[in-house]
Amino acid sequence: MLLEVKELNTHYGPSHVLQGINLSIAEGELVALLGRNGMGKSTTLKSIMGMVKPTSGSVLFEGKEIAGLSSYKVAQAGIGYVPEERRIFPELSVLDNLMLGIKGGKISNTNDPNAWTVERIFHHFPKLKERAHQPGGFLSGGEQQMLSVGRSLMGNPKLLLVDEPSEGLAPVMVQEVRNVLEQINKAGVSVLLVEHNLKVAMSLAHRVYLMSKACIGCEADVEEVRNNHDLRARYLEV
Amino acid sequence: MNPVVSTYIVQGIYGITYGMILFLIASGLNIIFGMMGILNMAHAAFLMLAGYFCYQVVQITGNFWMGLIFAPILVAVLGVLMEQLFLRRVLGSHVGELILTMGIANVIVAGIKKIWGTESLPLQMPDLLSGMVSIAGMGYPVYRLFVIGLALAVMLFMMLLLYRTRLGKVVRAAVSDREMVNALGININLVSMLVFGVGTWMAGLAGVVIAPILTVFPGLADQVGMDAFIVVVTGGFGSLQGAFIVSIIFGLLSSYGVQFVSQFAPVLIVVFMAIVLVFRPNGLFGAKER
Repeated sequence: MLLEVKELNTHYGPSHVLQGINLSIAEGELVALLGRNGMGKSTTLKSIMGMVKPTSGSVLFEGKEIAGLSSYKVAQAGIGYVPEERRIFPELSVLDNLMLGIKGGKISNTNDPNAWTVERIFHHFPKLKERAHQPGGFLSGGEQQMLSVGRSLMGNPKLLLVDEPSEGLAPVMVQEVRNVLEQINKAGVSVLLVEHNLKVAMSLAHRVYLMSKACIGCEADVEEVRNNHDLRARYLEV
Repeated sequence: MNPVVSTYIVQGIYGITYGMILFLIASGLNIIFGMMGILNMAHAAFLMLAGYFCYQVVQITGNFWMGLIFAPILVAVLGVLMEQLFLRRVLGSHVGELILTMGIANVIVAGIKKIWGTESLPLQMPDLLSGMVSIAGMGYPVYRLFVIGLALAVMLFMMLLLYRTRLGKVVRAAVSDREMVNALGININLVSMLVFGVGTWMAGLAGVVIAPILTVFPGLADQVGMDAFIVVVTGGFGSLQGAFIVSIIFGLLSSYGVQFVSQFAPVLIVVFMAIVLVFRPNGLFGAKER
């Protein structure tokens, strides 16, 4: 397993927001984490990433314990994070935004033909190339999403945590973002995806975890979620 | 030249000099306060401490230049120590930062009174910089011109650092989103430590260059510290341009203010701040809501 999360607990003050999360991702897999609002999907990603300190439990990445590490160490271990609302740096140019994604200034795997470089990012996102020297804040929502994905790819992660990539985007852009995630996964990057757009999530995911209040309710394959009405009614439909 | 005009010009140079010194203090404060969001009430105390260090170095070596080089570095080291040993424990809580740094400022002031006493200590400017220089038939105080030049050089250095180096880009990115920078694999705490050191060094430099003008005394921090905070707020968090422009305006307001409406001079700065904040609540060059 590339990532194994075992009995992960997280508290926000007195509230117990993650209660014993268990999940795993194999190399090359694209796994979706689904559920209604406020169930703890984003918190799960943040707890893995070290942006929120879990109170107990274990996160093994390539067999190494990373739970509780500062997020820069988690990133250096090989996990990329594409946050909700993109969080690009609005005052820096598109190119500078990308360059910041190279972890800690070390250009990793430069001799590896599969390494992500600025050229390769621009090849995947031609719109970013056109706007390479404009401030990130000038981009449209969809372009900012591309930039956010591209920025985390610059660190050559083995696993990408992607939080709500299609939120607030026009339908055309949603499709584009979806295709990009598919390409990235095909290029060998594993993905843990939190996504509200069920159609997008189901068309991408190999496997699905369904969350209910602070817990993983069940693990399912995509066909099951598609065909099992009970399951959908219980975890997803409002 | 008409003596009235020449008085105005010299007064203007005095104002710009004070503005430049304010800029040195404020831009140091700005990267600490603006980038890391740390309310550092001890900033001006470090400035004052550098003035005393310089005084001491000059007492021992008789050389102002040694003081100019070493006092700010010494103060920067102390600043980094404060950040590493104490500030890190209360990071994120503004009240905690406020109380802690005010406490440290008090300790510094008390220590200064204990070691150097409460009297004003004169700091002789080096011969090279004392006296007047005559340009186009007018006499200018050399030391003030030196301070203006030094501040401009520091500003250029900061601009290059912020806009041309990777470290600068990291710092600018951190102004808008510190947590995200960390999540990209950059050790933000290490960056913070560096920034804190540079910021305190700038305060120290300001403390040294202001010392021959105002002398060193335990109230020095109060006198310039509040002005520097006002500059940061009026210019906009994290903005060097804002700090620069507002510093110059403040310097001119206070020097011409003293000349024309002396009893109202201290109020002018506050009025200017109020007017700016009414129309631009985030300051002249302030970015979005933090």
